[in-house]
Amino acid sequence: MREEIIVSGRMNHLIDPQLHIWHWHIPLYLFLGGLAAGILFFASLYTILGKEKEYPTAVRLAPFLTPVLLTVGLLALLLDLNHKLYFWQLYTTIRLESPMSWGAWTLMVVTPLSIVWCALNIKVLFPQWDWKYQWIWDLDAFFRKNLKVISWVLLISSLILGVYTGILFSAFNARPLWNTSILGPLFLTSGLSTGAAAIILMSKNAHERHNFARIDLMLIGIELFLIIHMFMGFLASTQVHIDAASLFLGGPYTTPFWLFVVTLGLAIPALLEVLEIKGYKMPVFIAPALVIFGGLMFRFIIAYAGQVSRWLY
Amino acid sequence: MRYAMAVDTKKCVGCSDCVVACQTENNVPIGFCRDWIVEVTDGTYPQLEVEIRSERCNHCENSPCVRCCPTGASHYAEGGVVLVTPHKCIGCGACIASCPYDARYPHPDGHVDKCTFCLHNRVEKGLDPACVSVCPTKCMYFGDLDDPNSPVSKVLKTRKYKTLIPEAGTNPQLYFLI
Repeated sequence: MREEIIVSGRMNHLIDPQLHIWHWHIPLYLFLGGLAAGILFFASLYTILGKEKEYPTAVRLAPFLTPVLLTVGLLALLLDLNHKLYFWQLYTTIRLESPMSWGAWTLMVVTPLSIVWCALNIKVLFPQWDWKYQWIWDLDAFFRKNLKVISWVLLISSLILGVYTGILFSAFNARPLWNTSILGPLFLTSGLSTGAAAIILMSKNAHERHNFARIDLMLIGIELFLIIHMFMGFLASTQVHIDAASLFLGGPYTTPFWLFVVTLGLAIPALLEVLEIKGYKMPVFIAPALVIFGGLMFRFIIAYAGQVSRWLY
Repeated sequence: MRYAMAVDTKKCVGCSDCVVACQTENNVPIGFCRDWIVEVTDGTYPQLEVEIRSERCNHCENSPCVRCCPTGASHYAEGGVVLVTPHKCIGCGACIASCPYDARYPHPDGHVDKCTFCLHNRVEKGLDPACVSVCPTKCMYFGDLDDPNSPVSKVLKTRKYKTLIPEAGTNPQLYFLI
């Protein structure tokens, strides 16, 4: 049998024998960023469509989660940096070629806007709230007057945030598993799906829950389509891409991926949502909780498996 | 100007002198290396072929690490040499994940580190990189590809050579004579 044995004298920490430069911080941040992007997308979309009254949880209540999600995500990102005190260097330049650079700038737009959005809806949580100072009231009136503009900016920037979490990975051609442009739309869809799930979990209004269950069902369908598409692309590509796909098709990530992401995170919640829409009575939290769990597992599995996949030489 | 290096796989014996010279010259932290030896055994027993390579950063013309760096810390310096500016590097790891050769590593000081072709400490003074200068078999050639009389240009004209994973689209500037 013809064989090739490669022996390397290199043993750099976190690089060899297998790349492990990114730990839990990055997938956690990608999950939180995607979830926040999903919630903010629906909040701004229904504001633009003038359906605030029909979907109060999506527009007014769920966005209160987003500054918290984004802050925790940013904190995880900061912890991931090896040169933490130099993080501000991100904001001294805009490098369009680097997804991490424009992701950092997108966060600079989305995070303050998410806080503004919460401030405008503060009376949902605290009906007696008073801003105390006239200038805050003036600011409040200014934002209210320009709500449509803010909604549009938020809609677009939340979409960019959702897509970028996937493009961040797909820009690395050194890791064949990540190097597929499907990852952008796939992470966006997954982020929107977890956002819809969070809204279902928080909503007390049956009409709103059913609407988001329908939306989530559609998003799950798109996700399954994109996942199948991703594997078709890999299997029709080069040896390193076939090897990357085989991590999930018999390799070490087969069980976690198909069990946690596809079965528990997509298929079962889709089934439960169909039953719920058809009028069967069941605890409403199960399907959205599974979707959120699946979204988290998806990011962890892609982040870890991607670092295993590599070029051969 | 286009700095490049050629390594003669027929002459290299894998002694690791280049590795030690680099670690000494560049104060590479203990446990890490900027260059390393790879030994590839290929064939069907007993017809086996061995290729020994001294590998390092390929100083690619289309560097994924420079492209992915969010702050511009990874950049092209004089002669196309890919360098990292430590005080601009935030240690995010994007360049490490983007390198198909895994030639970079996180320096214990926080920034990312890699081979510099000894640009500032030796080449600018007219010397060869440390690894080239100590090689006991003289298997390494360094110089400017734009200069037809540089050692690397001369040897690439007369010998067959290859680069590592050219299909990754990086256009590497580390050549292996075969």
